[in-house]
Amino acid sequence: MITRLFNALGGIFVAFFQYLGEVVLLAADTFRSIFTHKLRWKLFLNQIVEIGLLSQLVVVVTGAFTGAVFAAQTFFQFNKIGMGSATGAVVSVSICRELGPVLTALMVAGRVGAAMSAEIGTMKVTEQIDALRALAVYPTDYLVVPRALAMMVSMPLLVAECIAVGIAAGYFIAIFLLDINGTYYMANMVRWTRNRDIIMGLSKAFCFGILIVFISCQKGLAAREGAVGVGRATTEAVVNSSLAVLICNFFLTMSLNIIYPAGYQ
Amino acid sequence: MLTVRDLTKTIGTQEILRGVDLDVARGETLAIIGRSGGGKSVLLKHLVGLMEPDSGEIWVEDQNIIGLSERQLGAIRQKIGILFQGAALFDSMTVAENIAFPLREAGERDPKVLREKVREMLDVVELEGQEEKMPVSLSGGMKKRVGLARSIIRRPKCVLYDEPTSGLDPVVSDSINRLIRRLQERLGMTSIVVTHDMKSAFDVANHVAYLHEGRIYFYGTPNQLQQTSNPILQDFMLGRSDGGGD
Ligand SMILES: Nc1ncnc2c1ncn2[C@@H]1O[C@H](COP(=O)(O)OP(=O)(O)O)[C@@H](O)[C@H]1O
Ligand SMILES: [Mg+2]
Repeated sequence: MITRLFNALGGIFVAFFQYLGEVVLLAADTFRSIFTHKLRWKLFLNQIVEIGLLSQLVVVVTGAFTGAVFAAQTFFQFNKIGMGSATGAVVSVSICRELGPVLTALMVAGRVGAAMSAEIGTMKVTEQIDALRALAVYPTDYLVVPRALAMMVSMPLLVAECIAVGIAAGYFIAIFLLDINGTYYMANMVRWTRNRDIIMGLSKAFCFGILIVFISCQKGLAAREGAVGVGRATTEAVVNSSLAVLICNFFLTMSLNIIYPAGYQ
Repeated sequence: MLTVRDLTKTIGTQEILRGVDLDVARGETLAIIGRSGGGKSVLLKHLVGLMEPDSGEIWVEDQNIIGLSERQLGAIRQKIGILFQGAALFDSMTVAENIAFPLREAGERDPKVLREKVREMLDVVELEGQEEKMPVSLSGGMKKRVGLARSIIRRPKCVLYDEPTSGLDPVVSDSINRLIRRLQERLGMTSIVVTHDMKSAFDVANHVAYLHEGRIYFYGTPNQLQQTSNPILQDFMLGRSDGGGD
């Protein structure tokens, strides 16, 4: 009985590390290919459009409403102790360091990660990947490299955009709806927000982009058994990338905080 | 050109190939026949390294391809074209882009050259003027022919056809068979044709191999096959189901 339990747990453990290994191998293979093989510019630019341009609406809406609601909530609390004008600083630092990168990554995982695993998964189950290989094209070069590079370029830009929109939305809510003095709001915000907060947000964005692209592409490449398999791969890609983003965010916060400490110095 | 030695492959618990031996000489056409689900497609995929066998050897022009990495296999795959059973067209590309794909990947960028080559190939497979269609809007037979055009546009030394004529009407089937023969005669291409269609096997092949229960059960010329008195082969050729020979 106990042995069976341990066997089952051990099996899950092994399967988990095997999965992790596959994602890491794909990432290693991709980076090797980036440095040693010619980039297909057309595919890369297509992916930039797909990931960067077509995510605009999602990112802007996410940023705007998060910034707005966060400014409001912060103000409600801070105003009680007479610190209403500090709202701007709180909003901008937390959007830069946490909310911007994490929420953007979650939205991108849902939109782009799902599309990647569905597209690659469909190619897998309809033998199109085999066709690529048979035509002497290495699938990693053709499918994963353009997506990975596009993601590494797009994610920091998307997060920067989300941060900017969030801060702007917070500002407008603060001065037009909450009657905070705009000058104080601005002054506090600029005083407490440092370059390192922005650098931290963008570093996180880069890492999240890498997590999402490799988790999603791996799920697509491993898809099997027809439409059901592709559906499963897509769901798992989104769930796994979202979880990975949330979990890694914690560790990134803790470790990046050593390099870029928070707070006024 | 191609030599297979004692090839075995088990997928899951199912033994699919149990020791296949096969020799294909340069410039000849070999037909592989056998029951549906007998492992013919699996065998073809092994020949270009798309699947890895459990044991055995595959020699392509004096090189054993077993154990080569995916990138090393690229060089082998330049020499061997394969037409998949389901055509496996890239569904995000038009017919013309599909056919031009191998050339584009080989570094040809001039749109005029590409267009001209694509038109030529479409002529060959009798699909003139279908350049701009998407694969989803083609019938099964048309997909097959586009796939065929894509696999021969780079003029490989050897082409593997997985059921090139199944799902085609008799007239088009015949023209595909003639095409296979023409490629052999004019360009000296080696061909392996997997087929259910006995007429097509007799039409195009120099040799016929019958894959049965994971092994090559019969190997010989089409004439030898026609004159056989072996009940299993006769059942297959005459299309009788088990126990039909009463
Ligand atoms: N990728 C695969 N995974 C699992 N089983 C497979 C796979 N490919 C083929 N098979 C099995 O191998 C057997 C032979 O298939 P196949 O080579 O397609 O037969 P055919 O001779 O009709 O071309 C079938 O029973 C099929 O179910
Ligand atoms: Mg088959």
